[in-house]
Amino acid sequence: MKIIVNGEPADTAAGTLAGLLAELEMADAIVATALNGDMVRAARRGATPLAEGDRVEILAPMQGG
Amino acid sequence: MDAMTHKATASVADPVTFYGTDVTSRLLLGTAQYPSPAILAEAIRASGTEIVTVSLRRESGAAKAGQSFWQLIRDLGVKVLPNTAGCRTVKEAVTTAEMARELFGTPWVKLEVIGEDDTLQPDVFGLVEAARILSRDGFQVFPYTTEDLVVAEKLVSAGCEVLMPWGAPIGSGRGLNNPYGLRSMRAHFPGIPLVVDAGVGLPSHAAAAMELGYDAVLLNTAVAKAGDPVRMARAFAAAIAAGREAVIADPMEVRDMAAPSTPVMGRALLGS
Repeated sequence: MKIIVNGEPADTAAGTLAGLLAELEMADAIVATALNGDMVRAARRGATPLAEGDRVEILAPMQGG
Repeated sequence: MDAMTHKATASVADPVTFYGTDVTSRLLLGTAQYPSPAILAEAIRASGTEIVTVSLRRESGAAKAGQSFWQLIRDLGVKVLPNTAGCRTVKEAVTTAEMARELFGTPWVKLEVIGEDDTLQPDVFGLVEAARILSRDGFQVFPYTTEDLVVAEKLVSAGCEVLMPWGAPIGSGRGLNNPYGLRSMRAHFPGIPLVVDAGVGLPSHAAAAMELGYDAVLLNTAVAKAGDPVRMARAFAAAIAAGREAVIADPMEVRDMAAPSTPVMGRALLGS
């Protein structure tokens, strides 16, 4: 299934957002996630299915001013 | 207030209170653009700051840079003020704030809604709307705003208990572009913590902000891009403390004409 992860085209076999994070070896990472522009809380990732063309954002703490 | 009362009631060690949280350091420091993580950590320690700003960015699968950065910040034991830097719409800023709250575990957010590319000037219309939405949702909003008093009133009505007007455009290092406007803001909001945020380039700019009666200064580039960021962090801490001390000391009135500081009485009559 083709989706967009952090602005880049990606191919995934994962059925859920939690599955995608595991696929990307970020299951235990400190990240926040959004699907198609809306936030998905960590607790909801396992119950959030992915569909063809979905836009996923995976954000982490970063330097800022 | 007379001078004796001043001395009796105020001290540079007095905390400033942001949403019920007391901090003693009146320097808030950004964490971006340092030469290395080690220098960032050393600059934070040298500055004495208790609050650092952080952001949220896309995490790359391979590098996972965000994880090590977050570990570094946590090890320093400072409070974090997440920002919504780069957001251009209300929706973007609100969603970013929600994600930051989950990630950093704090209701604090430095709210930026950018309206213009050359100056990175806040979109004050979007800012007020986003501040209202976030305050209602339990956030404690630190809005990055201008010195416009009407906007400031609307931010306070929206629920903001702190205001952060710019000194000058972000990263410009120009200092305080509009001291008159900043002074007016101080006079209009005597009970609201005011922080000059952005545009500060030199310790003297930060001291000037404190001398206007501001409660704190938020800066980043001036320290991060100095030749020696750690030394500059120390210089800013000293300048901010000096400016604060000066306000408590109650400065003299400015006058147009000279007035001799050395007593005239007892002056010798010399020469022909």
